Amino acid sequence: MCDTREQQSESNERVTRSCEPFALSHYHRTVHVPDGFINAPTSAVTGVVAAGAIAVSLRGARRELDERTAPLAGLVAAFIFAVQMLNFPVAAGTSGHLLGGALAAILVGPYTGVLCISVVLLMQGILFADGGLTALGVNITVMGCVTTVVAYAVFRGLVKVLPRGRRSVTVASFVAALLSVPAAALAFTLLYWIGGTTDVAIGKVATAMVGVHLLIGIGEAAITALTVGAVIAVRPDLVHGARGLQQKLQLRVNGALVDVPAAEGARTAPVAARTSRRTLWVSGLVTSLVLAGFVSFYASANPDGLEKVAADKGIDEKVEEHAAADSPLADYGVKDVDNARLSGGLAGVIGVGVTVVAGSAVFWAVRRRRGVDDASPTAVENV
Amino acid sequence: MGAGHAHRLYRHGHSPVHALPPHTKLAATFAFVVVVVSTPREAMWAFGLYAVLLGLVAFRARVPAGFLLKRLLIEVPFVAFAVLMPFVAEGERVDVLGVSLSVNGLWGAWNVLAKGTLGVATSVLLAATTELREVLLGLQRLKLPPLLVQIASFMIRYGDVITDELRRMRIARESRGFEARGVRHWGVLAKTAGALFIRSYERGERVHLAMVSRGYAGAMPVIDEVTASRAQWSYALTLPFAALVVCVLGWAL
Repeated sequence: MCDTREQQSESNERVTRSCEPFALSHYHRTVHVPDGFINAPTSAVTGVVAAGAIAVSLRGARRELDERTAPLAGLVAAFIFAVQMLNFPVAAGTSGHLLGGALAAILVGPYTGVLCISVVLLMQGILFADGGLTALGVNITVMGCVTTVVAYAVFRGLVKVLPRGRRSVTVASFVAALLSVPAAALAFTLLYWIGGTTDVAIGKVATAMVGVHLLIGIGEAAITALTVGAVIAVRPDLVHGARGLQQKLQLRVNGALVDVPAAEGARTAPVAARTSRRTLWVSGLVTSLVLAGFVSFYASANPDGLEKVAADKGIDEKVEEHAAADSPLADYGVKDVDNARLSGGLAGVIGVGVTVVAGSAVFWAVRRRRGVDDASPTAVENV
Repeated sequence: MGAGHAHRLYRHGHSPVHALPPHTKLAATFAFVVVVVSTPREAMWAFGLYAVLLGLVAFRARVPAGFLLKRLLIEVPFVAFAVLMPFVAEGERVDVLGVSLSVNGLWGAWNVLAKGTLGVATSVLLAATTELREVLLGLQRLKLPPLLVQIASFMIRYGDVITDELRRMRIARESRGFEARGVRHWGVLAKTAGALFIRSYERGERVHLAMVSRGYAGAMPVIDEVTASRAQWSYALTLPFAALVVCVLGWAL
């Protein structure tokens, strides 16, 4: 996921650079997951997850950028691709470079960010044989989604908590990038635990991965924060994560400050993006059902990590049976269904159904209340 | 910009493999890699057969062995990782030359090495025989979301321009006597990255305006639809089907 490389001698680099067509020929390899590292079922499932994430991001990006999506996201992807080639010397001939997930999330928002990183990974996989084709799902899920989403969530949370200002944006970017890299490492460890092809103690993998990536995260954090700071200093309006920070333009009319009315050219929501949410709902539901039903078919064969540790260390001897132990779905299985895997899958499907119903009920209730409080139909529309 | 459209891995040629429609090649590559990954690692001979199959494809595509092998060096970081596996993996251990190694780890290392190498070789062959533009057309034909293909094509199209911008900034820095030597200089480099982002984004806005002024409304017109005849499909899919036979044998034996 990251590499350190010896700095090439500058003069040599200059000569080759001046007489070659570059960009794509000066591609620095970052280490992506190859084929054969994660087993086939897990790769397939992560592929589905990645496809879902890209679908959601496509809709989200289109909502934010409407028909400007293709050129803007494309150019930002090219930027990410290029900026990964920028060497940041550390010491003694080693240098690191940006991974870019956190930076993309903060600069252009989570949806466009996921899209850009995914496109970069896709092109790296097809054109540069960097990262296996069957591991594309793993790579996109871990490096595209987890990094970007974690970074953006941390960033938004911190910006809300910290006092308004440029400095807090920089601090928030630092922490977001710092956490996003080990989070991706953890996500990879989790995938490796589920579907790794070699039986390495998961504790060792986790320690090694998180340890190394904490270090990488520090570098990533420093570069991200500095870069976001540099952009904010010049074009704060371009930083998606700092949108709330802009001062409203005010006019002094007869000695009193008056807010300038919103510009006429303010973008109205595109018609195309306002299609029904039904497809999104249905696809989400189907995905959860598939994951719950089909994947637990595989997963239920292995005990839960915590249960395993508990069993090994004899912790669970004292565990009292849960109050719901007699319920028809106890221990993730359906009573009276003998096949352990089938029953696990069935329980998963039922669980998803119950969760969806409960969640929808809560959502519906909240929405109704809000509609009553605001007493304006547009407010409901914009929820 | 003429030279920029060929990427480093592409090798110009007129072989039957070069002439295949791109989407058949993409589908065949993907299917082949999936088959390779789902082969049991104990069937060592199967991986040898896969390598022979790839060698045949390389021969038909007139890609020299040296070219292919040199490009395979890309996976060196993983070899290092695979070498570590026998030392850290769990399970039954075996003594090799006085060093205790894990049997499971040895299998794991072999698994990653074999499948990873075959995967890289397949991708290299695809990239060596398919132009950038063709890859995008193929992805479009394989029903990837059009917006995603558009984003990818903009990334490819402007990748050179943006990297060129980065190079000009580097020359500007160096001509003023700047040399990045350590962490102290990261601020300057980060400002470069920031400026590069602003320039890329603004270029994106300009590109969009230029497109709008030419009638763009969110979808690109498809002007060169690629099609494949049944014969071309079957020719391209010979590789994954042959691999599938090997894979089934690998499971059966």
